[in-house]
Amino acid sequence: MKPSIPHSLQTVVILLVAVGLVALALGGYFNPVTNWFTRITVGAQTWISGRYLAVVDFLTVPRDVASLRQKNADLEADVARLQTQVIELQQQVTETNILSALVDFARANPEYTYRAASVIGRDPSPFLRYVIINVGSNEGVLPGMPVVTDKGLVGRVDAVIGEAARLQLVTDAASAVNVRLQASNTEAILVGSITGDLSLDMIPQDASIQVGDVVLTSGLGGNYPANLLVGQIVSVRKLQSELFQQAIIQPNVDFNRLQFVLVITNFKPVDIAPLIGTPGP
Amino acid sequence: MRRAILAAIPVLPLAVILQTTIASRIILLSGNADLVLLVVVAWGLQERVRGAWLWGVGASLLVGMVSGVPWYIYTLGYLSVVGLARLLVHRIWQAPLLVMFGVTLIGTLELLMLMFIQRTLFEGPLALSEVFSQIVLPTILLNLLLAIPVHALMHDLANWLYPEKVTG
Repeated sequence: MKPSIPHSLQTVVILLVAVGLVALALGGYFNPVTNWFTRITVGAQTWISGRYLAVVDFLTVPRDVASLRQKNADLEADVARLQTQVIELQQQVTETNILSALVDFARANPEYTYRAASVIGRDPSPFLRYVIINVGSNEGVLPGMPVVTDKGLVGRVDAVIGEAARLQLVTDAASAVNVRLQASNTEAILVGSITGDLSLDMIPQDASIQVGDVVLTSGLGGNYPANLLVGQIVSVRKLQSELFQQAIIQPNVDFNRLQFVLVITNFKPVDIAPLIGTPGP
Repeated sequence: MRRAILAAIPVLPLAVILQTTIASRIILLSGNADLVLLVVVAWGLQERVRGAWLWGVGASLLVGMVSGVPWYIYTLGYLSVVGLARLLVHRIWQAPLLVMFGVTLIGTLELLMLMFIQRTLFEGPLALSEVFSQIVLPTILLNLLLAIPVHALMHDLANWLYPEKVTG
């Protein structure tokens, strides 16, 4: 079958139609059609894109959550480790400060030889104000040796084993220490109590004592060296009907927070018991 | 008996260590809990256990070694408490916690009174009213507070060491 229209004519017609369509489009005659087409196309694209992203999220987000959880756990572990380090360092700073103060005290009082010790326990009995330290006879600690901190007098060594020792604090009810008041140079006896409060007894009635007076060891009796700081007077009780005045002492040492102490190892307590005569028959 | 001794070897020293390092530092007024007494009482109150007396002796020797209180005070106190616990355990077996509270109360009171008498005789007089308000009452309160957890722990330990025999 022969074509009814020549090939060249077909080409010309197509070109004319195309040019006409372009001219109509440029003239704005196709705008409604293009707008409708664009709207449908954009709508479809939006829908497909949304679904695609949803599928991608569905496939990828769980993996991200898992990795985030892992990261979170790692970070939490890091935080915990760092917090532990901070606490340890704070503890070390505190210990260093205390030890530094003890070293300063030892330097300021070079006449004595010291042995530093940590307080590792307290006596199980609530009647006793005793503590246990981690040095004993292996380090030259002997019963009766005085014990101090940079703040002042703590007590004396009561019992010793090779690796540890038990200290009787001056706050113990059975403790008695000869002291003197720095301002008036008055002698007195420092006694403890079951509540841990310290008081001064045997202060002569004619002695002039005041709140704030500093209390030091007197060295009498030979149990403690002289001039160790004990505390300050916080109240005075003076009754004319009594033979002696009494006073309450605020100790310089915080006995509830004892961590480190110094045992004075070159002080030999004097046993004066043989000199105290026993009553005759 | 061997199991009781083997159990005592770690438990009693651990109790003494916890007592001196922690319990003695937790002070209410001037009183503190006696963890070793509670352990001895709780062990003595377990029905099937043996060697409760040995636990009493061991505990008193260990605490006597650490404490400034003479060893015989703890020996007297702990052994009498074990005796009381063994006496009561077969009589009031239906209310173990009640017995634990009762023996703890009596044991604490007795031990503190022994200490008070010893201290008064050998170290000088103490005001009884002050001792009661500052030491005895707070110590009893702390011991009673700790009695339940200690009893539960010792009950588990006793059940583990002496499992109940099932008769078929």
